[in-house]
Amino acid sequence: MSVLVDRRTRVLTQGITGATGQLHTRLCREYGTQMVAGVTPGRGGTDFEGIPIFDTVARAVAETGADASVIYVPPVGAADAIMEAADAGLRVVVCITDGVPVLDMVRVKRVLEGRPTRLIGPNCPGIITPGECKIGIMPGYIHKPGRVGVVSRSGTLTYETVHQLTLLGIGQSTCIGIGGDPVIGTGFVDVLRLFSDDLATDAIILIGEIGGAAEEEAAAFIKAHVRKPVVAFIAGQTAPKGKRMGHAGAIIAGGRGTAAEKIEAFRAAGVRIAPSPAELGTTMQDALREARLLS
Amino acid sequence: MNIHEHQAKELLRRYQVAVPDGEACYTIDGAVAAATRMGFPCVVKAQIHAGGRGKAGGVKVVRDVGEAEATARALLGKPLVTHQTGPQGRVVRRLLVERACQIARELYLGMVVDRATSRATMMASTEGGIEIEEVAARTPEKIMRETIDPAIGLASYQARRLAFGLGLAKEQVPKAVGFMTALARCFVESDCSLAEINPLVVTGDGGLLALDAKIGFDDNGLFRHPDLRELRDPSEEDPREQEAAKHELSYIALDGNIGCMVNGAGLAMATMDIVKSAGGTPANFLDVGGGATAEKVAAAFRILLSDAAVRAIFINIFGGILRCDVLAEGVLQAAREVGLTIPLVVRMEGTNVDEGKTILASSGLDIITASDMLDGARKAVAAARRRP
Repeated sequence: MSVLVDRRTRVLTQGITGATGQLHTRLCREYGTQMVAGVTPGRGGTDFEGIPIFDTVARAVAETGADASVIYVPPVGAADAIMEAADAGLRVVVCITDGVPVLDMVRVKRVLEGRPTRLIGPNCPGIITPGECKIGIMPGYIHKPGRVGVVSRSGTLTYETVHQLTLLGIGQSTCIGIGGDPVIGTGFVDVLRLFSDDLATDAIILIGEIGGAAEEEAAAFIKAHVRKPVVAFIAGQTAPKGKRMGHAGAIIAGGRGTAAEKIEAFRAAGVRIAPSPAELGTTMQDALREARLLS
Repeated sequence: MNIHEHQAKELLRRYQVAVPDGEACYTIDGAVAAATRMGFPCVVKAQIHAGGRGKAGGVKVVRDVGEAEATARALLGKPLVTHQTGPQGRVVRRLLVERACQIARELYLGMVVDRATSRATMMASTEGGIEIEEVAARTPEKIMRETIDPAIGLASYQARRLAFGLGLAKEQVPKAVGFMTALARCFVESDCSLAEINPLVVTGDGGLLALDAKIGFDDNGLFRHPDLRELRDPSEEDPREQEAAKHELSYIALDGNIGCMVNGAGLAMATMDIVKSAGGTPANFLDVGGGATAEKVAAAFRILLSDAAVRAIFINIFGGILRCDVLAEGVLQAAREVGLTIPLVVRMEGTNVDEGKTILASSGLDIITASDMLDGARKAVAAARRRP
């Protein structure tokens, strides 16, 4: 068990003929993901290393039964690609693209309202259920099947987290990078709800960062609904105010969105805080031991 | 990307948002000529990318040519220190000379993308002329909000609700609705991330006017606005940040002495945090990005070395798309070109880590290797302390 994706998930790549799309389609297939189709308008009828390419997502879905998509389309066409995937009825859409205009995402979210499509991203590493299905750009080998759910606004800091867990022998149920932009498809609360309900997830580690109030909302949700151990880390404790720290969403604006506020919100919700990014794994180990989930 | 007040007002004018008549000036003579055209009294406003200019003496009402000249002379070419600039201030390189107006009331009107609702939001308050963050902290009930449906735009009833809420007279309400609708169109069509009219004034004759204007754009949206990209003022930006932007690197200068090079924004922030907890201070935030090439890594390295305050460099890479061997090649390339004069601590993990380590080990360079983030941070802090 896991959340959102598993060995049965059938994935198509939007933007399969670009260099990034090709590289990661190949790597995901090598990991064991069922990569069943590609979409590049005008390239229908050809194939990429045996994976059939279609002109439209609708056609690809009709022909291959794909139920998830991953998007490597450049920023100018990314919003359109997400809407096309949603219109074709895909259950899970993962948008890797970095640099999508915020107001494009505002329109996309309006379009997604009331539809069954779950969008992850944009500007994210993707989602992986270790040993079963990898959709995105994360290095597969650092993961280990197990029972800790990982959710993060970051890319490489998620890899760091997973790596530390794996080195301690702690496997992961599913790892989801929700992305570093201000407007994203799936937020912390959505993922916490999934992990909380998932019988195969024993505990959750959440990696947040400065900017916005998503961590505060997550803390409120955890306090009210989550009965599993939760560990959190907030990046940017030393970040200056008013500066965008790489991610479009990582900015302390008007004195709000600081790491201190977020850490306080998590503490108040009974969440265990990793004191430093070198202690992500060991903090989870302590939490699991305390809950008698690990000896 | 932020722009100057005079540029923001020119953009608003294109959308028929009411702004005072004014001219941007770059010289004392130019300012005097503009003031004469505007007629006295008029207002001379220092143009820098920071708020708090009024209180810092950057905005002056002048009554004649002599005062206009004296004010322009006092401001141009000199640093202006406000509560947002830091103690070194920002050098004033341009002025906005504006026609003065009678102020009956000062209001606030602003727009942002609200992350909680994923929608653009218009905010209005009767507390004009005060920073909205202050109003939000002290009297949050005095801020009215309208969430804008992207399929519709700001509806007239929403603008009316704000206008009546501001206590405007019924004759002024249609003007306010026009003003707000135009502002909302400008925000969406220009890919703004922030648009603030503070204060929005009711003039002596009952008109509405944007007395000040602050606009910021979403950098990700600028590719479709070549005209707006031209408004960038490089003199308002840190030279190293500009150099980094040319190479598509994300760099932010800080005031410490440990130069950091990291891939990924989250890991880069976490690296700053761990340097601090190891007892050091980071000199910068630097994200080389996911798909960095050896050339990009070399450019990043040169930027770090160009900061005279840097006493040690800490490279912390978790290879994903960016392979460790590519990173190692980039570091060698830069070290050979620029010459490595300060201690270099490298912590690498992830894709092709063994190849990367081999490349660095056989380079003959004096590189301190670290087993994990904390080890790397401690070694970098110790190395920075050892140097005189």
